[in-house]
Amino acid sequence: MTKTRAAASHTVLLFVTFVTLLPVLWVFKMALTAEQGFNMSLNPFPDHPSLDNFRVFVSHTDSTGHWIFGRQLANSLIVSITATLGGLFLAATAAYAFSRFRFPGRRAGLTAFLLTQMFPGTMMMIPLYLLLHALHLLDNLLGLVLVYTTTSLPFCVWMLKGYFDTLPRELEEAARIDGASPARIFWSIVLPLSRPALAVTALFSFMTAWNEFIIAAKFMDREEHYTLPVVLASYVGSKDVQWGYFAAGSLLVSFPVVALFFALQKHLVSGLTAGGVKG
Amino acid sequence: MARVRLQQLEKRYGDVLAVRGVDLEVADGEFVVLVGPSGCGKSTTLRMVAGLEEITSGTLTIGDRVVNTVAPKDRDIAMVFQSYALYPHMSVRENMAFGLRMRGTPPDEIAARVAETSRILELDAYLDRKPKALSGGQRQRVAMGRAIVRRPAVFLFDEPLSNLDAKLRVQMRAEIARLHRRLSATILYVTHDQVEAMTLASRIVVMKDGEVQQIGAPLEVYERPANRFVAGFIGSPSMNFVPAQADAGRLLVGDLAFALPAPFAHARGAVTLGIRPEDVRTRANAGGMRIPARVELVEPLGAEAFVTTAIPGGASLVARVPSRELPREGETVQLSLDVERLHLFELGDNGRSLALVEQSAPKPAKNRCVND
Ligand SMILES: Nc1ncnc2c1ncn2[C@@H]1O[C@H](COP(=O)(O)OP(=O)(O)O)[C@@H](O)[C@H]1O
Ligand SMILES: [Mg+2]
Repeated sequence: MTKTRAAASHTVLLFVTFVTLLPVLWVFKMALTAEQGFNMSLNPFPDHPSLDNFRVFVSHTDSTGHWIFGRQLANSLIVSITATLGGLFLAATAAYAFSRFRFPGRRAGLTAFLLTQMFPGTMMMIPLYLLLHALHLLDNLLGLVLVYTTTSLPFCVWMLKGYFDTLPRELEEAARIDGASPARIFWSIVLPLSRPALAVTALFSFMTAWNEFIIAAKFMDREEHYTLPVVLASYVGSKDVQWGYFAAGSLLVSFPVVALFFALQKHLVSGLTAGGVKG
Repeated sequence: MARVRLQQLEKRYGDVLAVRGVDLEVADGEFVVLVGPSGCGKSTTLRMVAGLEEITSGTLTIGDRVVNTVAPKDRDIAMVFQSYALYPHMSVRENMAFGLRMRGTPPDEIAARVAETSRILELDAYLDRKPKALSGGQRQRVAMGRAIVRRPAVFLFDEPLSNLDAKLRVQMRAEIARLHRRLSATILYVTHDQVEAMTLASRIVVMKDGEVQQIGAPLEVYERPANRFVAGFIGSPSMNFVPAQADAGRLLVGDLAFALPAPFAHARGAVTLGIRPEDVRTRANAGGMRIPARVELVEPLGAEAFVTTAIPGGASLVARVPSRELPREGETVQLSLDVERLHLFELGDNGRSLALVEQSAPKPAKNRCVND
């Protein structure tokens, strides 16, 4: 009885897994197939595996024939990492203030942050464009950093505030009596205990910045300022779609996010405050 | 001098006055325990002394300094929290060293002091462990170590033992008493457990509803409670209370009439009679107030037993009797109440002790009665 049930549930699970993974396998297949066409066959394995697509993608050149992929990869990394670190710092400090201090405008600030999350990001395109134009930061990586940092900030602040709210206050009170300044309490007590929330927030910020396409495509003019999603999109033209390059590029571009996830995974643990307070 | 003085200290949360006009003076080296039921404002009072709560009004003096607005770190105090509040990501050593590091103590002195403190508290073997890897009792000791290592002028304890099991609590109680003698420290200690208060304190402060009910040495408070609340709160099992009438030199309990004991000769009208269980005998051959009673429940504890009886008029009286004198349940006995140890209170839950209101015996100087 239980055996047949187990067999049945495994069959269902295997099927669902297969259905879920099939598109991913297809991407692998396209990436490993040298032809640029779109093969409708259900067979998820390439007929003649080749790494050509990857080679072409990373040796991408500009119109004058200079290798430019390295530059664009660096753009993506610089923008995403700066936006992540800057955003994390701003979000953590702001969230701590929202969590621990009572000041005029606290509720209004939190509500405003929540409100901004209710509108799709593209709605902000025009105001953002005008702002960056006024700041002379169009077609400038710093402009992207600013946009990415600020747009992911509301979510990060709420996320971190929620976590800070759960940290026992006695720890901070004990540190105050021990003679630690508010800044020291934040750095030495609160942040180390918030690793899981910081890791999730960092991953979110990085992913948002790393994958963002629309704003980068509109605000960056010169090819040497492109980030990878923009490069990727250039293989999917309106007339001519180079599926092989696109698939290989997608896989390469998603690699850092996966790597970051695995790197941060060890921080995603519960119970960091175990043993600190009882009852 | 590590003297602490609270003058008319008050704390208001919105509409709630959590602490009302607390006056207290803790002498250097004294062990003062704030005791009272949950929610009576003990922690709030202690936290005001620590500087963790703002003082709404009144004056707080530590040493010779008014410290109302001084930051906690500059008050020269250390606090042990009910939850221990150990830094979970730091080892025992780092937990103890943190306060010293924050104060810029040189590293070799920090090491020496941590070593000394951990030796006193027998924590040497655990210095490199995280709090997570310690038992409840060890965590409690680390919390105390963190305070001791700083050598503050005043120690503040907020229910430090309430998270331990009964056996460990007794053990740690003795340890705290020993530490107090060893360090001759000034200690302000909060507990809701009157046994802890009685055993540890040089002086007890009994609080209720944010107000101080009585301040005095443990036995003084036990023997001469200022009001009915203190009488009922201190002592276990609790003091017996029986409604009675005082009138023309007589005390009427139900249908029985007794001569009014001398200290209460002036008493008039409805009163509450109070008598502790150990002052009620079930095998009466001595004098005292004799009351017939029916035994309802016998709870043997070993050497002694609690005997609950019903007396005429419907009230019940608990007697604490040696096991060899045990009556049987359902039996009728002659209770004998020790007249010397009788208390009379004004009516009401907070009724003042009539012995303290207008009395012949000298009033203990430190007793203060703030109820109304
Ligand atoms: N931060 C606060 N805000 C509002 N009321 C509080 C706060 N802290 C304590 N109180 C109230 O003050 C009273 C005294 O609390 P507390 O000092 O913690 O009591 P105890 O330690 O004696 O159990 C309680 O009625 C409690 O509800
Ligand atoms: Mg309390």
